[in-house]
Amino acid sequence: MALTGIQIFKLLPGSNCKKCGSPTCLAFAMNLASGKAELDACPDVKPESREKLSAASAPPIRPVVVGYGDTAVKVGGETVQFRHEKTFFNPTGLAALIEDSKSDEEISALVKRYQKLQYARVGLNLRPELVVVKGGARLAAAAKAVVDNSDLSVVLYSEDPAALKAAAEALAGKNPLIGPATKANFAAVAEVAVAAKVPVWLKAANLDEVAELTKALSDAGVKDLVIDTGARTPKQALQDSIALRRAALVGQNRDYGYGTIAFPAEITANLALQTAVAASLIAKYAGIVVLSDFDGATVFPLLLERLNIFTDPQRPMTVVEGIYPIGNPDENSPVLVTTNFSLTYFIVSGEVEGSRVPCWLLIKDSEGLSVMTAWAAGKFSGDDVGIFVGKKSGIVDKIKHKSVIIPGYAAAIMGDMEEELSGWKVAIGPREAAHLPKFLKEFKVA
Amino acid sequence: MAFQINTVKYSGKINETPLGVKKVLVGGQGAYNFHDFEGTLPHKPKLALQVWDMNPGESYDGPLAEAFSGVLDDPGAWAKKAVEYGADVISLHLKSSDPNDNNTGPAEAVATTRKVLEAVDVPVIVFGVDNVDKDKDTLAAVAEAFANKHLMLGPVTDKNYKAIGAQALAYGHSVIARSPIDVNLAKQLNILLMDLGIKPENILIDPSTGGLGYGMEYCYSVMERIQMAALVQQDDKLQQPIVNIVGEEIWKSKEAGQPTSEHPTLGDRVCRGVLMEVTEAVALLSAGSSLVVLAHPASLKLVREYIDLVTDGGEAKAEGQPDVPITPLA
Repeated sequence: MALTGIQIFKLLPGSNCKKCGSPTCLAFAMNLASGKAELDACPDVKPESREKLSAASAPPIRPVVVGYGDTAVKVGGETVQFRHEKTFFNPTGLAALIEDSKSDEEISALVKRYQKLQYARVGLNLRPELVVVKGGARLAAAAKAVVDNSDLSVVLYSEDPAALKAAAEALAGKNPLIGPATKANFAAVAEVAVAAKVPVWLKAANLDEVAELTKALSDAGVKDLVIDTGARTPKQALQDSIALRRAALVGQNRDYGYGTIAFPAEITANLALQTAVAASLIAKYAGIVVLSDFDGATVFPLLLERLNIFTDPQRPMTVVEGIYPIGNPDENSPVLVTTNFSLTYFIVSGEVEGSRVPCWLLIKDSEGLSVMTAWAAGKFSGDDVGIFVGKKSGIVDKIKHKSVIIPGYAAAIMGDMEEELSGWKVAIGPREAAHLPKFLKEFKVA
Repeated sequence: MAFQINTVKYSGKINETPLGVKKVLVGGQGAYNFHDFEGTLPHKPKLALQVWDMNPGESYDGPLAEAFSGVLDDPGAWAKKAVEYGADVISLHLKSSDPNDNNTGPAEAVATTRKVLEAVDVPVIVFGVDNVDKDKDTLAAVAEAFANKHLMLGPVTDKNYKAIGAQALAYGHSVIARSPIDVNLAKQLNILLMDLGIKPENILIDPSTGGLGYGMEYCYSVMERIQMAALVQQDDKLQQPIVNIVGEEIWKSKEAGQPTSEHPTLGDRVCRGVLMEVTEAVALLSAGSSLVVLAHPASLKLVREYIDLVTDGGEAKAEGQPDVPITPLA
């Protein structure tokens, strides 16, 4: 559990030597408690104190990396129950379940299709990352077919340790998550995991058994664990997910301090209902959710939800300053300028696209503020925006007219802009983006 | 030692709020939604379908127009169809009154509301167009014309709460208090409305719902904070049930409209739109929503199934839920 500054201070040398960069040991202790300093900065701390301090500073939910390359997913590592308390760090991994009874050709076709489900969104690439390969006899071959035909990472699903061993070896270097470790097979699965240096997921019958298994696996040398509580109804899956998060953070119980994997795919065969269940588990704490298949209609909504829920509420999402062409604009197309708050960008670009009028959208850096706040804070002033449009952005090289549309909420900057942009016509657009299509259809460039 | 869940002690409760003349109850939560292992949740969240006062034209092309084909020109028939689809509540949106649109007047709003009230006997929300002055006129007229029908009038904001609030109070309606994704502003507006004399149980909170992928997270977190204040910190100025207008936000988004043929990686257009609506609804329900306004009947059916499963427990049955057609990607 986390120590207070005073508790940490008692474990420090108390010499006020300043070697750590802090003026006193107490100041250093306070910095440690608030996460602003690292214990390694103190050269004189005693080994036994170090042990106590590092045990206390270990994360309450152990972060575990699953997979490799671009599709590696971090499970666990969360520190709060509600995203407004700080942020959620590690977005839920999305997995599709493939049975190894399918042929290599079928698997190849499936994962090639999954590979195409990628969506660009302001500097981010949204995509599902994982495939769960389930079975026994053909586990290794099927898993190999996944990684040979895609860059998706793999979760192995077999209660047969021999099958897991063969598949883990076939996926050397790909860091698959292997399991389930159960009461019946955990010793053998642990042995495979230790040898292959891969993380393990465990499947329990209930929450009591979860603690038994995490302890047993940890004692057997497997520290990187992911929990399946065994819940296979929507109600139990949600309740277990909440119970685990609280046990780790409120109860500070290390036996429950791991991320989770949940199986909507085994709750219902219906993909639409699986999506609803997955939506609740992305909001409420699942590390990985497993669906029976991927299709854009199911995966895209969940990716958007995940993007929203795991956005850091402490930092506004921003878009890079620059020119954003929408619908193949030409030299006579209208030019709009707005702020770089990502929501502003999304909504404005969506409406412009919806209008089917090709436009140049200029995004001016406003430190992530929306139009009204940016204007009020002086981050979207007439001079700045004028210089940006006339010189900095480079839009003059792309157009033959001298018109620019500003947001209705920033109407007050028009005068200053026209002063800065001599010969330009500054038009005031609507206040609400929803009225842009109508505005653009009637707008004529000067 | 058997596992014990770390429970939350709830000292507050969400108001149990009666809707419509039939007094359909929403709210009443003594715990976070779906947390029935640590508190009482007397009512399942309710689901509404939206009805426009005019043919939505382009705004309803594709999946929504198909679902409501033949009734889009008649708000009464549309509302009836929505109730047949299982809506607990009808949300009538006075779109034609928008000064940027047809700018129809209070008389038309009253006539349309009458059509809907004559067609259905479920509770009815009457929504303006979020234009402070225009809504003041239309909603005041609607309030007066339907005394004691216990409509829910919205959106009421800090700019027009006096006029609409006074009419709601005089003629026995509830108000939907809309504040811009902010806990303190939501609280302030509730205080203003209560100071007017409106009973706490005649107010619903509309926290301003952002679309999925378009700022839903702001609304999500404000809702969690409102629920925390109401239930754990016993803040009686925030104990109103929350209503979320989800359907409209989803179906106006670019992604819900893109045809499958042009964007095969987004999958089947109908399913995608429905599942976007469902995903947002489920997320907001877990953040504390008591009433969700949807647009597509398939979304309503699926969200209902989810609510039943997560409340009543038991194995998931998928009967009647849509099959997701897998779009091949060459």
